[in-house]
Amino acid sequence: MQRPIRVLVAKPGLDGHDRGAKVIARAFRDAGMEVIYTGLRQTPEQIVAAAIQEDVEVVAVSILSGAHSTLLPRIKELLKEENADDMLFVAGGVIPDDDIAFLKEKGVAAVFTPGTPTTLAVEFIREHVKR
Amino acid sequence: MDRGKRWRERRRIAKMITAVENALPGHEQILQEIYKKTGNAYVIGITGPPGAGKSSLTDALARGYIEKGLRVGVIAIDPTSPFSGGSILGDRIRMNELSTHPQMFIRSMGTRGQLGGLSAATHSAVMILDACGADVLFIETVGVGQSEIEIVKLADTVLMVMVPGLGDDIQAMKAGIMEIGDVFAVNKKDLPGADKTKIELEAMLSFLPPREWRPPVCMVSAMYKEGLEELEVAISEHRKFQADHGRLEQRRMRNAQEALLAILRDKMVLRVKSDDRYEELLQRMMEKTIDPYEAARQLMEGLDSCSED
Ligand SMILES: Nc1nc2c(ncn2[C@@H]2O[C@H](COP(=O)(O)OP(=O)(O)O)[C@@H](O)[C@H]2O)c(=O)[nH]1
Ligand SMILES: [Mg+2]
Repeated sequence: MQRPIRVLVAKPGLDGHDRGAKVIARAFRDAGMEVIYTGLRQTPEQIVAAAIQEDVEVVAVSILSGAHSTLLPRIKELLKEENADDMLFVAGGVIPDDDIAFLKEKGVAAVFTPGTPTTLAVEFIREHVKR
Repeated sequence: MDRGKRWRERRRIAKMITAVENALPGHEQILQEIYKKTGNAYVIGITGPPGAGKSSLTDALARGYIEKGLRVGVIAIDPTSPFSGGSILGDRIRMNELSTHPQMFIRSMGTRGQLGGLSAATHSAVMILDACGADVLFIETVGVGQSEIEIVKLADTVLMVMVPGLGDDIQAMKAGIMEIGDVFAVNKKDLPGADKTKIELEAMLSFLPPREWRPPVCMVSAMYKEGLEELEVAISEHRKFQADHGRLEQRRMRNAQEALLAILRDKMVLRVKSDDRYEELLQRMMEKTIDPYEAARQLMEGLDSCSED
């Protein structure tokens, strides 16, 4: 049996609900992935510590708070510091088009905005995960 | 290399666990290398119904051990969906604050059909964290199935977590499950009915065959951090009881035996299946021209003659 892709799903930032993160976690599970779900209000440090300990292949963060242009590059930076740069790093949430190019430059492999079908995120991960 | 130094190599530990969990190439060498360094961690199995507060309680107890300067490992196991093969492992939600603590290492595992079985994969992960410096190790499982019971048998002390309001569920848990608890915790003592649950539990425990160790029932609240010291004392007392009665040695001997037998089983099955006569003998069994005992005997003969590698 092929081992399942391991994905960390986290929700950084201070805003209080994680509906989006839960939807994506379920979609990944239903696609046969092993999702490590860490819940709300994660600091970049907590996200990266969890990613390392869990040895995930994908770090997926859901973000609503508008702080994406500081939080996401920070997570990428910490992953680099831990030599975990090989982990696929994707983000989802309300992110203005203008910021997407900047985030990609900072190492976010893909940005999924609201309305993107979850199947697209699943496909992207399957295609880009390194084995 | 000292245990503290190995413990700091988080990425390496995590990768080793991935390798043994998935039986990746090289996993046997990993276990061979670390085996002699195992045996220092005290293993606490924590089980009980979903939502009882096992993860919250693990977090609360872990804080106590960390304050004492100990290194704490957690292996949290959640069920894999039999339909998609996927899972959502959510135990870290209750342990987020500790996840960055240098004395803490948390790893989630799905119950997916690991090669060699879940308890073998869990045992391997336990050995890795143990060899890499853990002083205390928690294994969290949902107390339902047989494979979970197998897992908690790896533990030196089994902590069963109950909560008020389970109603008949507590009765249902009785069969075969109550016996494995060494220490009981009634969590959520802040909720109504906790006293009643404790009384019911104690009544039920009194019906078990008498043993030298009488499992204590502690009232706790993981959320409000109440009763935790008493619980920790109960765990230490069980540890001491076992050490005084040679029980730790017994448990560890049984673990050693299970590990050895599991490897033998796997290797023999692999070897036998690669024998040309395997399919042929199966076919003959279908035709009833041979019985399974005779087929097994012939395949065992094959094992003797190719035992050089
Ligand atoms: N009222 C109350 N709720 C608690 C307590 N401990 C845990 N909980 C809650 O019970 C729920 C399940 O907790 P969790 O630790 O995830 O349970 P597990 O499934 O057994 O690991 C969560 O919402 C916790 O916040 C407690 O002592 N009192
Ligand atoms: Mg849990």
